[in-house]
Amino acid sequence: MKISIIDYGAGNLPSVERALRGVGAETECVTRPEQIAAASALVLPGVGHFSAFVTGLRERNLTAALRDAIARGVPILGICLGLQAMFACSAEAPGEPGLDLIHESVQALPTNVKSPLIGWNQLRRLRESILLREIPHDVHFYFAHSYAAAATEPHTVAACDHGFSFAAVVEQDNLMAVQFHPEKSGDVGSRVLRNFLEWAQ
Amino acid sequence: MTLARRIIPCLDVDAGRVVKGVEFAGLRDMGDPEELAARYNSEGADELILLDITASRDGRATFLETVRRVAQQLNIPFTAGGGIRRLEDGNAVLRAGADKVTVNTAAVLRPELISELAAQFGSQAVVLSMDVKKTHACGEVFICGGAESSGRDAAAWAREGVSRGAGEILLTSIDRDGTCSGFDCILTAAIAAQVSVPVIASGGAKTFEDFLAVFGEGKADAALAASIFHSAEHSIGALKTYLAGCGVPVRLSR
Repeated sequence: MKISIIDYGAGNLPSVERALRGVGAETECVTRPEQIAAASALVLPGVGHFSAFVTGLRERNLTAALRDAIARGVPILGICLGLQAMFACSAEAPGEPGLDLIHESVQALPTNVKSPLIGWNQLRRLRESILLREIPHDVHFYFAHSYAAAATEPHTVAACDHGFSFAAVVEQDNLMAVQFHPEKSGDVGSRVLRNFLEWAQ
Repeated sequence: MTLARRIIPCLDVDAGRVVKGVEFAGLRDMGDPEELAARYNSEGADELILLDITASRDGRATFLETVRRVAQQLNIPFTAGGGIRRLEDGNAVLRAGADKVTVNTAAVLRPELISELAAQFGSQAVVLSMDVKKTHACGEVFICGGAESSGRDAAAWAREGVSRGAGEILLTSIDRDGTCSGFDCILTAAIAAQVSVPVIASGGAKTFEDFLAVFGEGKADAALAASIFHSAEHSIGALKTYLAGCGVPVRLSR
């Protein structure tokens, strides 16, 4: 199956691409709205600043195409900042609207814990998950971020704790997203990508 | 659910080969970077750091090629650096496949470099590397591979680096590096108490107990070592099993 990876002008696409190919996906990097419109499955990776991210999408006229695709039911996986972009807004860039597919906000990690959160952590499962299917509960995933969305049900299927309980895995109809980096999380990370691929097919 | 303490092997490379020095001098060939990277990735390393220790202008292309080849071997986080002077140098390393870039001498000489990199790539992609010698209570930052004193106090520099946007501190004790006498836990704890970002301890690792100490009294978030892993004296898996047995939260590979 072909996965279209959205290239908004920054971010570490090669490692996401390599990891997806490693689990058997065919990949293409897309930069134009018509490519998003033609995609059968999408991955939205992201690192860096929320503002640069949403501006990058907007300047390439990708925001509307992305919304349309998600509304049509095209499977999408957001990674890290790609998860945060699904929310209404972020404290990292007040005034810059997110995609608002989940009508809540992204906030800074509390000041009583180390920030950025960098390292491997375990998840707390809240309900049955497609992305975490057949993955043991005690494994670690790699996180690298300074902002996060509060773990709220029903969209959050797995949470992680770092000063507060934040959304680590989000699943809402055809919208899937992870705050950690599956492409950097060793073999269990590959399993998450494989689960997405199998579900999208 | 606890954030795991990280074990990070470091590859010091010169002209495409992994080398190891003793107290920042005297190089010895330790192998091929790709082979070592693949081995550490499968042994359960939590991250890999690749440092260009010659960092000569004419060696840049060779180093970027090494970054590219090593990145292909990894499905764990990957930091690269050495000789990063400008925003473009950082961009080149990240484009070659690294997830984070580490800066050292050039950041001391021009601290704005940290702010520029953090603004462009985010704090999570910027590691401030500092080589510290105990000249007074907390230590002094040395530059140019430990050859020159910068006159900066280690704690003050760590704080400034973080306020400028560094997302991690890679703290190397020059006094301990290559000596196999254990991490400098006092120095590491002193710096960790000064900053709100993770601290990676480096320099002096020899035994499993050294790692236990640096995660305990040293308050380190991660520990880096090179020669003890390259020489296969210790496997990362065995080290993590030991640490887990001592109650240190680690990621055990499966």
